[in-house]
Amino acid sequence: MEVDPIHVLPYIAAYVALSVFVVAVATRIYVFARMPMHVRWELYPVAHEGKKASYGGSYLEEFEWWKKPRTKSLAGEIKVMGPEILFLKALKEHNRRMWARSFPFHFGLYLIIGCTAFLFLSAILSAIWPAFAGSRSDVVLQYALTVCGGCGLVSGLIGALGLLGRRLTSRDLRGFTTPADIFNLVFFIVAFGVALVHFATVDRDFLRVGSFVENLVRFQLVALPADGGGYTILGISVILLSLLLAYIPLTHMSHFVGKYFAYHAVRWNDEPNLPGSGLEASVDDLLSQPVGWAAPHIRNSGERKTWAEVATENPAASDGK
Amino acid sequence: MDKNCVNPHHGTEPESPIQPAAIATSCGPLADIPIAQQIPLPPPFDQLDDEPAATPLSDEARLRYESDLDGTIAVNIPRPETKLEEAELVQSFLSGMKKLFEEENNWIFLQPLIISAEYCAKCQTCSDACHIYEESGESEIYRPSFRSEIFRRIYHKYIKGEAEWVHGEIDLNWKAIARLIELSYRCNLCRRCAQTCPLGVDNALLAREIRKIASQEMGITVKELHEAGSVLQQKVGSSTGMNDLVVKDNFEFIDEDTTERTGITVESPFDKVGADILLIHNAGEIMAWPENPGAFSLLFNAAGLSWTLSSELAAYDSINYGVWYDDVQFARTAMLHMQAAKNLGVKKIVLGECGHAHKALTVIADRVLAGDLNIPRESGMTVLLDIVRSGKIKFDKSRNDFPVTMHDPCNMVRLMGIVSPQREIIKAVVPEERFREMEPHGVENYCCGGGSGFAIMSGHNFDEWRHRFSGRRKFRQVLETFKDEPMDKEHPKYVCAPCSNCKGQLRDIIKHYDAWEKAGIGYGGLVELMVNAMVDVEPGYIDWEWH
Repeated sequence: MEVDPIHVLPYIAAYVALSVFVVAVATRIYVFARMPMHVRWELYPVAHEGKKASYGGSYLEEFEWWKKPRTKSLAGEIKVMGPEILFLKALKEHNRRMWARSFPFHFGLYLIIGCTAFLFLSAILSAIWPAFAGSRSDVVLQYALTVCGGCGLVSGLIGALGLLGRRLTSRDLRGFTTPADIFNLVFFIVAFGVALVHFATVDRDFLRVGSFVENLVRFQLVALPADGGGYTILGISVILLSLLLAYIPLTHMSHFVGKYFAYHAVRWNDEPNLPGSGLEASVDDLLSQPVGWAAPHIRNSGERKTWAEVATENPAASDGK
Repeated sequence: MDKNCVNPHHGTEPESPIQPAAIATSCGPLADIPIAQQIPLPPPFDQLDDEPAATPLSDEARLRYESDLDGTIAVNIPRPETKLEEAELVQSFLSGMKKLFEEENNWIFLQPLIISAEYCAKCQTCSDACHIYEESGESEIYRPSFRSEIFRRIYHKYIKGEAEWVHGEIDLNWKAIARLIELSYRCNLCRRCAQTCPLGVDNALLAREIRKIASQEMGITVKELHEAGSVLQQKVGSSTGMNDLVVKDNFEFIDEDTTERTGITVESPFDKVGADILLIHNAGEIMAWPENPGAFSLLFNAAGLSWTLSSELAAYDSINYGVWYDDVQFARTAMLHMQAAKNLGVKKIVLGECGHAHKALTVIADRVLAGDLNIPRESGMTVLLDIVRSGKIKFDKSRNDFPVTMHDPCNMVRLMGIVSPQREIIKAVVPEERFREMEPHGVENYCCGGGSGFAIMSGHNFDEWRHRFSGRRKFRQVLETFKDEPMDKEHPKYVCAPCSNCKGQLRDIIKHYDAWEKAGIGYGGLVELMVNAMVDVEPGYIDWEWH
């Protein structure tokens, strides 16, 4: 079959966007994960401190804490991270006006991600198990993805409009808002808006989107038919959402990666450096790095010294002799 | 007036706040906050007209030092004499900023720094958490994200070469850098703002990183923290100037005085090899509040602990000012502390009532110690609680029959999670109905206003700035906590602050407002309350009038 490049553009956009997203996010995670150990800089409450977490206490409250068995509560972390991720709890507590806009935006995103996941699940199951298509499970899935998709687009659009309005009008935010911040929100508004128009006017049961995703999964680049505009909107919508998907991890909007490390590697990183531990071995390695700081009191002119050398010398005392 | 700068006004706050880009382009001070713009304190200090007047900077100071931020000076940055000198300083700043983001030069904070440099959503959630911003009447330059945003814009434009339309406009000149360095000393590093950030961005960390560029690359430091602080400590043993002979002399006096006041013979052991505990006090206690180390000695002896003090270089002064501005100075002091412990062969170091020393040696130094220097460090709070729980000392709560509140030192509480031991001790030595918490308290507390070195910084009119802005929230909290008590000297009220720096700040702000004379507000440490309640000592260990 002859493939018209124009008509397969949405497929190509989707493949490229997914690839860029996965590679960019994986790269960000890799870069953070391979960063050297830093000094402890935890901030209480630390969620895995069990009962003590309720008031912000730590194992350092124990007499001779290093002799006590140390437990970390994964349930405690989940209990904090769950509401934080789903409902933006910290923002709700500390910045209610922003939360009123940010929550529908983010929750809309989660619903759209859920809808997309259901679409792919349905397409993959149908491809490997033909009897699934049209089965009761498939029908339930279709209902779920339709609700998620419709609600997600409405919620996301309302949130993005609210955020844009606040960014443009708030005294607190105006001076910190850059053209890129405006562009990003407008990008979301346009992408969600077009998708919502497509949903509301020609594809209220997500069947056309479902067919597209099925083709995507089967690598069947079937041209979207010309039907007086309906599929054109779908094509435009797919391209816009694909561009958005590829764009997000290239910007600070990939803060979901940073947030994971901010909590787990910094705020809650209270692992003590006990003698003979793996941490202690890392300390030795890091102290052997060269120091490049140039201020006079560092005494680092000439041959560069290591952190261990700089830390264990005392120029103030030797100058006084 | 400099032809290259524009009038900062920027409009009249609060309608049109100053923009971050103005750091490089505005003329004159970026903020000039009249007392009338501040929120009145609770009674009996609720008349703004009665507040001590603000003293302007002297002409000499303004001519000699960079002073175009807010009418005070913390850093004493000399004004460059030539354009060439300015250009070199700008380059030096950029060189330092580049090093901050290099693994070998800043592995110590690289990951937290990058998170804070890359992921701020500019939602301003942090603003309301900052006591300085709030007490200034929401002056834009004290917004915690203001300096961070400038830092980020410089980083993205001049280090990463990224576009201004993405990260925001900024120009770089000496004026901007001088102001930014000064602005890094308008933050107590209490990290209350970081606690509220949904993304984990840490404005206090960025303030400290700016201080690091100034100190570690440009050699620009605050005199009280560097020459008269960490350098002096490393040179003679203490930032107070005490050498080993003087500290022993002072302890002889402390022992005699404590013996006289309590009726129990007190001896503080020095350099006892093989003791279980090396106790390190903030030397400020020894000089300014000798009843505190005296109380420690009495309690440790009464509990039968095996302990010693050290007269080795720096080991009788737990302070580590590097924690506020310089990683190298921090590491050097930490090593001196640990070396002394190793030489004495102790099983652990116990830290007296000093918040930043707690955090410095227990938490931050944790990942720069290895081998035989990796000796356990423990808070004095848990050791004191263990003494209380052991029942070896009998307390009579009725001896502390006055209103008491607890100030939570940020370093000990929010940054270490040591919250409950000091409260359990209070329960054991203060009648329940006499203790009341501040709101908020615990890990959500407000800084005393002296954090990050401010308590010892008083050059020019900086102490007034400290009282008017950074310390005002804590004073407000104290007044609100005691609002149901008669506010006069005949009804003394005790603010318990188990931290030397916090006590210094409380002392200064109480003096600033004459709050002992006018409202009977006093302060002190935790061990003083304990000894005051000891059945075996003569009553009246707490001396209200002395401070």
